[in-house]
Amino acid sequence: MTTTTQPPRSTGHSTGVPAAPARNGTGTFKQRAHDKLHDAKVQRAMRNFNLAGARARAVDEVPNFEDIRVTGAAIRDRALANLDVWLERFEREATRRGTRVHWAESHADINRIVVEIARAANVRKIIKSKSMVSEESHLNDALEAEGFQVVETDLGEYIVQLARETPSHIIAPAIHKSRDDVADLFQEHHRTPRKDSAADLTMEARKFLREHFLSADMGISGSNFLIAETGSTFIVTNEGNGRMTTTLPRVHVAITGIEKVVPTLEDVSCLMRLLARSATGQTISNYISMNTGPKQAGDSDGPEEAHVIIVDAGRSRLLGSDMQEALRCIRCGACMNHCPVYQNIGGHAYGWVYPGPIGSVLTPNYIGLENALDLPNAATLCNQCGVVCPVKIPLPELMRRLREKQVERGLRPWQERVGLKAWAWAAERPAIYGWLTWVAARIGRLAGGQRRLIHRLPGNGWTQERDMPAPEGATFRELYAKRQAGRR
Amino acid sequence: MGARENILKRIRASRGVGPEPTQSERTAVEAHIREHPVGTRPDLDWPLKDRFREQCVRMSSTIDEVATLADVPRAVAEYLRENGLPARAVAWAELAALDWSTSGVVVEDRPATGDDLVGITSVHLAIAETGTLMVLSGPSTPAATSLLPETHIAVVPMDRMVVAMEEAWALTRGTHPDLPRAVNFISGPSRTADIEGQLQLGAHGPFRVHVIVVG
Repeated sequence: MTTTTQPPRSTGHSTGVPAAPARNGTGTFKQRAHDKLHDAKVQRAMRNFNLAGARARAVDEVPNFEDIRVTGAAIRDRALANLDVWLERFEREATRRGTRVHWAESHADINRIVVEIARAANVRKIIKSKSMVSEESHLNDALEAEGFQVVETDLGEYIVQLARETPSHIIAPAIHKSRDDVADLFQEHHRTPRKDSAADLTMEARKFLREHFLSADMGISGSNFLIAETGSTFIVTNEGNGRMTTTLPRVHVAITGIEKVVPTLEDVSCLMRLLARSATGQTISNYISMNTGPKQAGDSDGPEEAHVIIVDAGRSRLLGSDMQEALRCIRCGACMNHCPVYQNIGGHAYGWVYPGPIGSVLTPNYIGLENALDLPNAATLCNQCGVVCPVKIPLPELMRRLREKQVERGLRPWQERVGLKAWAWAAERPAIYGWLTWVAARIGRLAGGQRRLIHRLPGNGWTQERDMPAPEGATFRELYAKRQAGRR
Repeated sequence: MGARENILKRIRASRGVGPEPTQSERTAVEAHIREHPVGTRPDLDWPLKDRFREQCVRMSSTIDEVATLADVPRAVAEYLRENGLPARAVAWAELAALDWSTSGVVVEDRPATGDDLVGITSVHLAIAETGTLMVLSGPSTPAATSLLPETHIAVVPMDRMVVAMEEAWALTRGTHPDLPRAVNFISGPSRTADIEGQLQLGAHGPFRVHVIVVG
């Protein structure tokens, strides 16, 4: 099967997706995956990367974890079922508390709104806590083009920013980088003597980023959840950069998707139990920063302006469709941590913001099925992702549905379409089908030679890495007929 | 407000319902918020203080216990001395008001800046399930004091300890009908594993969180 995939690029789609950065590698998914499989650094990094064990231990401690997953999925479904009403409720409460709520239909809207806020507040330096939505819109590039200084503060994000790359994992953005890579980057950008240990490198980053924290005018973050009950943002970090970003600069902007709204404080408490265990195997993340409105009278810290940007950019299309369950996602990364494909090729091969199984579902939905033809097929459908997803998103089923849509819309390559048509024609004609398999089994046996292994199949990459066991020579029909005869 | 209307309309169209929310939809949303049901939780049936201690240690906090609030200055002084830390701190007002005169620790009642090395706070509540400190921002409880210094010392009176986050919300709804600007949950020192997956403490926030349980 040959598939040609364009790297996700803007096609004048209503979401206004900017061109995918070439810096993650170019070409098709297949080329990128091939490159990553032969990249010794990526392979070493992926072998060292294991969050699955930590998750398993954390989940084992909670005998009713499965029941909590069911509750978590129901909480997300409740929000999605009446999404507009919950969003209005959030907006009303946030506004009452002094937060300015903005709505972004497209990625271009996000960048425009942030630039407007920054200009109006005479901002020069901006610090960022992690925001995957801002990766979707290439916000840093847009801000730099307008003359703002932007500094990522999650250590992993900071590393990929210095390297002019993009995150390769949603919670461990620099997992593809070695300690040596980081040492080189810091030496070059900090102009300091080279550090060797992860401890020294972390301390150096702390020192440099602390200065940025204290001198920045504006902080930009994501928001893991929006709480409708209280109009609050809810930011989860381990490093504390989320706290810094929401405490120190005089302007705070949180950017998040429409789907992130959660009804009550009790609901978010339940989701937090699922999120920390599924992401890193922690019982809770080190810091949860819940922010409601700007600095209040008498407060010595906190932003004077609090903004929330609620982003659609393709999400509302999933509501009410057979893809809606994907919007339950709480971005823990467990699906990629358990995916045999992700673990071999890393995140950059997926070509857009979200890698792994959830990326294979979200990317075609957000930027267009025709722009990500390979992704729904970049899975063995082994269902590891479905088993570990804390909110029970049926990821393999969603990938299968996307494959069906590709076929229905005639997006598959002509060889595959013709091949399937020919197969269907034969399969409807048992005599011809039987004869064809009879011929194929004989040819296969001959091709296998004495060792009964086929080294090369025409037009198929499968035999590049391994041999195909040759058929024994008789077809299933022949064997079955023989067996029936023997019984009589 | 074009984008807002467009997004809300698009959501309703995708849901296959009319362009405006009905009264019954809004009523259902308000009813759920009013009832705020607690969903399925893990087994939370353990001795409060034991669980809290165990989870604090798990999150790499250190923990001490004293009988009364008056014992706190001596306990702080000992902790700082044993760890070779400076005997100088900034503290929230309620703790700066303790008698520090014989402890040898110089305590100032002001918010922490980037230069302060030790910050002393109390908590709004403490959560036993996860060994978590819940702190609220306010004029006398600045958020920076638990964030900027390398060492954060938190004083946790036993009567402020609750089982889990849901119990914390139940109490907070009573004390703070409107949440303060910042509700922060702190569980141990700041950490990162972003370089080759190796865990490092003190990424941006404190390197050390020392919890003193009172009573």
